[in-house]
Amino acid sequence: MAAANPAIHDVHDDHDHKPQGFLDRWLFTTNHKDIGTLYLVFSLTMFFIGGTMAMLIRAELFKPGMQLMQPEFFNEMTSMHALVMIFGAVMPAFVGLGNWMIPLQIGAPDMALPRMNNWSFWILPFAFLLLLSTIFMPGGGPQGGWTMYPPLALQGGVNVAFSIFAIHLMGISSIMGAINIIATILNMRAPGMDLLKMPVFVWSWLITAFLLIAVMPVLAGAVTMLLTDKFFGTSFFHAAGGGDPVMYQHIFWFFGHPEVYIMILPAFGIISEIIPTFSRKPIFGYQAMVYAIASIAFLSFIVWAHHMFSVGMPLGGELFFMYATMLIAIPTGVKVFNWISTMWGGAMTFETPMLFAIAFVVLFTIGGFSGVMCAIVPADFQYQDSYFVVAHFHYVLVTGAVFAIMASAYYWLPKWSGHMYSETWGKIHFWSSVISVNVLFFPQHFLGLAGMPRRIPDYNVAFADFNMISSIGGFWFGASQLIFVGVIIHCVYFSKQKATTQVWEGARGLEWTVPSPAPHHTFSTPPVLKPGMLAHDDVSH
Amino acid sequence: MAMISSVRRARRAFAAFALLAGGTAFANPQPWQLNMAPGATSISQRVHEVHMIALWVCVGIGIIVFGAMIYAMVKFRKSKGVVPAKFTHNSTLEAVWTVIPIIVLIAMAWPATKLLVDMADVDNSDMTIKITGYQWKWRYEYVDYYKKPTAVNFISTLDADSNRIRQPGSGLDPKSIKDGDYASYLLNVDKPLVVPVGVKVRFVITADDVIHSWWVPALGWKQDAIPGIINDQWTRVDVPGIYRGQCAELCGKDHGFMPIVVKAVPKAEFEQWLATQESETAAAKAAATAQVAPQPATQG
Amino acid sequence: MESKTVAHRNASVLKTGAVVVACSFLFGFAMVPVYRIVCEHVFGIKLANGATSATTANLVEDTSRTVTVQFVTNVNSKLPWTFEAERPSIEVHPGKLTEVWFDATNTGGEAIVGNAVPSVAPSNVSQFFNKTECFCFTEQTLAAGETRRMPVRFFVDPQLPKSVRELTLSYTFYTNEVATRRLSETGSPLPAAG
Ligand code: HEM
Ligand SMILES: [Cu+2]
Ligand SMILES: [Cu+2]
Repeated sequence: MAAANPAIHDVHDDHDHKPQGFLDRWLFTTNHKDIGTLYLVFSLTMFFIGGTMAMLIRAELFKPGMQLMQPEFFNEMTSMHALVMIFGAVMPAFVGLGNWMIPLQIGAPDMALPRMNNWSFWILPFAFLLLLSTIFMPGGGPQGGWTMYPPLALQGGVNVAFSIFAIHLMGISSIMGAINIIATILNMRAPGMDLLKMPVFVWSWLITAFLLIAVMPVLAGAVTMLLTDKFFGTSFFHAAGGGDPVMYQHIFWFFGHPEVYIMILPAFGIISEIIPTFSRKPIFGYQAMVYAIASIAFLSFIVWAHHMFSVGMPLGGELFFMYATMLIAIPTGVKVFNWISTMWGGAMTFETPMLFAIAFVVLFTIGGFSGVMCAIVPADFQYQDSYFVVAHFHYVLVTGAVFAIMASAYYWLPKWSGHMYSETWGKIHFWSSVISVNVLFFPQHFLGLAGMPRRIPDYNVAFADFNMISSIGGFWFGASQLIFVGVIIHCVYFSKQKATTQVWEGARGLEWTVPSPAPHHTFSTPPVLKPGMLAHDDVSH
Repeated sequence: MAMISSVRRARRAFAAFALLAGGTAFANPQPWQLNMAPGATSISQRVHEVHMIALWVCVGIGIIVFGAMIYAMVKFRKSKGVVPAKFTHNSTLEAVWTVIPIIVLIAMAWPATKLLVDMADVDNSDMTIKITGYQWKWRYEYVDYYKKPTAVNFISTLDADSNRIRQPGSGLDPKSIKDGDYASYLLNVDKPLVVPVGVKVRFVITADDVIHSWWVPALGWKQDAIPGIINDQWTRVDVPGIYRGQCAELCGKDHGFMPIVVKAVPKAEFEQWLATQESETAAAKAAATAQVAPQPATQG
Repeated sequence: MESKTVAHRNASVLKTGAVVVACSFLFGFAMVPVYRIVCEHVFGIKLANGATSATTANLVEDTSRTVTVQFVTNVNSKLPWTFEAERPSIEVHPGKLTEVWFDATNTGGEAIVGNAVPSVAPSNVSQFFNKTECFCFTEQTLAAGETRRMPVRFFVDPQLPKSVRELTLSYTFYTNEVATRRLSETGSPLPAAG
């Protein structure tokens, strides 16, 4: 089947067109695969930097009493950890996956705007150097949380200017990445690749990219107002000058809630690729999946104030945001039910990507449950700013977004590298991660319900036991990720087992018609779509 | 209507009784505590109820969803030689699992809405207390008590014992201090907020420097304290006791070290306490005005 | 190899994208006035600090009920002033124009310009609380040691829902840093004319 694919033919034509010099290959690259790789390596690096900060936080919280650090440094760590993980690890990982896979999945030779692609990536390392350098500045880095609420955030020193500039750069990078993805998907599809034939991953990225260009500029506006309040005498948020500190929270969360969906929609897409492959059965309810993603994206614009229920909104506002937030559970539920129905009646095997995908469905759903609980305003008066919320968003972000990224890494690594990873070590990594992550985050529900606030460096002795368990889970989860790195390095440099073109028995779609490793240039002439080639080409529904 | 309200009254009376019988100890964080405590007011009990409804709904849906998944994983494996089915959708099923969640959500939203409306009813209070958040302490001002203005006004900060122990490198044991028989590290203050039992207390809440949030779990809510803005909330404590809480909005380096202690006492005892406080305040004021140099009388 | 039309279409996506981005950046700033409008017109939370536009000429007093208006005073801890209401609360009939007095004293050693920021609780009752005169409309300059009595004239809108029987009017005094600096440099808190 693969041999019949004209794409293979192209490969022979330009089979060694990689630039030779290191700088030419990486610094000046406009190749979507190389840029994808850069993003992924960057993301993994940031994952470990943010992870190190998390280890420090868990070490301080290992037992009551101030053990290791000053409270200022603790606040710096929590603020930086979140910024690094969100903007450095999760978002770039998805952009990297999009870069690598979208052209391959829609039969495009490259991204639509390859030179802009290069900039989008290379801005990022500078943005993060800037952000991380604030730790070494007088007065330290930002200590007001990733949400940067004024007036607290404005009490910072020079770091305010540097971190805001860094956030601007990150925003520019992801906006350029998003425009590029939109252009690629709208204009570069192979003939016959109708919008409703695209893989769900491509769909999820298209919608995410629209969210990105709609809300990243709003964040830029919010932090710009912080900047002018701090340095140029404006009073957007100073009560003293007639401003309103609550208004910042509204603007921030108008960005912030869509942002959390920016971090999960591509994950939905990935899981919707992996589950059909290992169930050997087409995805259930393809169109419903696409519409669910679109309606979640739409709803995400009208629920932001659920992050600020205790701010003192009038009753009407609280009710509106409660009902709107609860509505999101419906399309989210549709997705979960459809994944299970995809598995139903399939012929499943449980390779590492599938294991991560199944863990995603279970644990993300648990995060969704606590999300619905948080939507119930009177109950949220208790949950808000407690460890319950910390548990909620780590279930959706770590066992949600991050697990999906890991699933995709195992899923596509053979295509990227041309070798199979070690299934044994992949499974060890999986089991070690999935157990430790629950030891890490599940007890945090209990802590929050018992009354432990978030963002505190020390606590009452009643919270001691579960914090110690959580910290042990944390160190264990952190250590498990070293296995991940080991598996990747082994796969890329040492694995002797060659990957086939199709890699996985149940895999369908254009990316599985090019050889493994995917050659530097693919689909220089558009592929001809044949029946059965796509995962869902008879989706009349 | 009358029926419902009497049922509710009975239920609340029972809950209050349960709390009394169990001792107020369980209103404060306990080692190995797994769930939200029902708290010390009828509102906090109802908050606990909506929490429990939501929790059980999630557990129920979880059992169904995860059960189906486990069944599928056991049944539909390649190793058992199954031939994969080809179906790609099922409109009836899809309609069912869109509609049923809507019904479940409405069932959860209904009691929550009623509770929220009641919580918003700050009117008709018997006394007003003003709370001001500072980096990193609370000020309490008793504004009036049954319409009678009062002049009691004090700062409440982390107790000295906790403060000694929490210094980095102090080497002291957080378990070593107790307030009564409660291990009170970081949940104790030099001077608690005293409130009468059975009286509707209205709080007006603001902050001086940055945003704080006043949270006592046993009262069932937290309310942000925001500079320049006055928020209001209310409580009526049913059971005498000591209820502990903390600042719940990141407010700088000592955010973790500005606890709240509410001491709910019987009305008579409260009135006595208030009178003592008022005469002490008056005496302090007289002493201050007797001094020649004016004090920098800020509120800090 | 890319056909010219694809390159064109890519460029136009880029342009459209740039326009969307610019619009949403502006939208972030537009949220500042939109926030105020929504607060006022949807939730009845008055954020504008000024005299009411409602006329007091044909106010009808609703003597059938009284509302307790409670006064809460705050001084930002960076400002060495004291500030108190003459009385902690007052009972008024809706529709009655009422005057109350506040005292502020500068206990510091220098003249300072302050601004009072008002806030009403419950917040959505603020739409029914109308001030015709208030010391918070303008900056207040107090010389060292000076005490000033300042009036507030207000009425509660007779439309106030019957369920509301008490409301709180709170003021927080802050240093007006700019005007204070100007005062110490030029002797006047006002910007130089012309
Ligand atoms: C069923 C879907 C979901 C619902 C109903 C939901 C609801 C909520 C609510 C009400 C809060 C505010 C809790 C509080 O602060 O009191 C919250 C917080 C949060 N959620 Fe979700 N959520 C859902 C899914 C997600 C997803 C998919 C993500 C990200 C991948 C996410 C990430 C977060 C984060 C990061 C926070 C905390 C933000 C902060 O305070 O720093 N949530 N969620
Ligand atoms: Cu949200
Ligand atoms: Cu605080």
